[in-house]
Amino acid sequence: MISATKIKRDFPIFKHHPDLVYLDSTATSLKPQSVIDKTVEYYSQYSANIARGLYDISIKATAEYELTRQITAKFINASSSDEIVFTRSTTESINLLANCLGKKINQGDEIVTTVMEHHSNFVPWQQLAFEIGAVFKVIDIDDYGYLDIYRGKVQNSKVKGQKYNSKFKINLSNLITKKTRILALTYVSNVLGTINPIKEIIKAAKDINPQVIIVIDAAQAAPHLPIDVQNLGADFLVFSSHKMLGPTGVGVLWGKLPLLNSLMPYNFGGEMIEEVFIKKTTFRSAPHRFEAGTPNIAGVIAFKDAIKYLTNLGMENVRRHELSLGRYALARLNDEFANKIRILGPVNPEDRGAVTTFTFNNIHSHDLADMLNSYNICVRAGHHCAMPLHNRLKVTSTSRASFYIYNDEDDVEKLIEGLKKVTKLFA
Amino acid sequence: MDIYQEQILDHYKRPQNYGRLKSADRQIELNNPLCGDKISMDIKISKSIVSDIKFSGETCAISTASASLLTEYVKGKKITDLKKMKSSFIFKLLGIELSTSRIKCALLPLEALHKLINDA
Repeated sequence: MISATKIKRDFPIFKHHPDLVYLDSTATSLKPQSVIDKTVEYYSQYSANIARGLYDISIKATAEYELTRQITAKFINASSSDEIVFTRSTTESINLLANCLGKKINQGDEIVTTVMEHHSNFVPWQQLAFEIGAVFKVIDIDDYGYLDIYRGKVQNSKVKGQKYNSKFKINLSNLITKKTRILALTYVSNVLGTINPIKEIIKAAKDINPQVIIVIDAAQAAPHLPIDVQNLGADFLVFSSHKMLGPTGVGVLWGKLPLLNSLMPYNFGGEMIEEVFIKKTTFRSAPHRFEAGTPNIAGVIAFKDAIKYLTNLGMENVRRHELSLGRYALARLNDEFANKIRILGPVNPEDRGAVTTFTFNNIHSHDLADMLNSYNICVRAGHHCAMPLHNRLKVTSTSRASFYIYNDEDDVEKLIEGLKKVTKLFA
Repeated sequence: MDIYQEQILDHYKRPQNYGRLKSADRQIELNNPLCGDKISMDIKISKSIVSDIKFSGETCAISTASASLLTEYVKGKKITDLKKMKSSFIFKLLGIELSTSRIKCALLPLEALHKLINDA
């Protein structure tokens, strides 16, 4: 059992803001003291560059940096730590892939993504398709916030929200073809909260076309669910440190080793080369061929303490905590505000992460977020970097409250109190 | 809470000059991509003076109040003077301290007005 009260003590931000109700972990998570300490440790004790130094403090920094690679590999059950590339962000990981995979795509090939993607897993593929004249296909969603990939339509409210647990089979026959080169999709929607059945989707896609390369955006999954890349069967999977208790400026790109090594580098420069001559250059193999230039050393080093914090709790427990909190939030918000609130995404809490996005009482999301701020409640307002999804849902903007390990039912109650006050003022 | 003063809430709940002008001389639609606000503004000009103006759209409390106050003010004013109107005037009109994230909301109506009369 996770105790948010106990966890809060590890997060110094609550010492500075004891009344903080932080409900925006989907944007970025708060940081525990151990992660902050580790950053300081690097800068104060061995702040040397990595990979090249022949002296102790550089050797120490390199060892710490590479240890994070091993711990990250273990965290997602990668078969080798060479499969872990550090980037600046999830966004950069995806742009790297769009750029490098793009060199192998031709006019008329198909690139497939979904309407529920964050812009960072939508725009790079869209622009790539435009550039090379590839076909850009976008998988739709249904009215309950599930991908529109199931055989047979669920109309009956009794079974709505239970698609993944039941007999609904995935059918990608109109979406994936022999011409599909890339399928890029999110594991968990940052707006709807929908947890996509990634493993089943990958299998269904590969059954149609074994050559299709599958890129999973796990930015909203890695912080909240146990991930096993070997079990999923994906080709690439990307996520960010800062959404899972780690420092900002660190992204992860995981890829199957032969695939990584088959790609040309994205950035050229130091640390990624083997030998440079006037007439030719040879490149190091993965992961180093993708890590040109001095990386965010402190960030990567401290990222392992974020992973340690999560693995000490146990990712199964993290999920269990969020599921129960998500269930509570859905029930309480619907109870309290009935038809004044419209919560987007699956009705069944089992099918969603602890993300609650809603429209409320015709009050503009910016006003709502601004008002809640005056009660120390942090929520996100706007389109959450998902304009195609908002257009699809025919809403201009929404408010989003998201939960993590340091949140509990008290935070949900404070949100409800806040929303009541907002109603009073705007009524 | 400070920004939701009585005047702001009044203009938000009962905005002045809300709607469309049937025989407008000029019309414009403007978005604030940050929050998805959309504002439409219609204007009638006679002899280089604003004879009528209306706005509509999906806007938050701050941009609604700003549009309401602005449209009230500009009626009967000379186009040449309005072209010179600065953001500071809007802040004075609203009479509240705005955070950086809400400045864009407050200035959306002025931006729409300026685009509307730019070459008038």
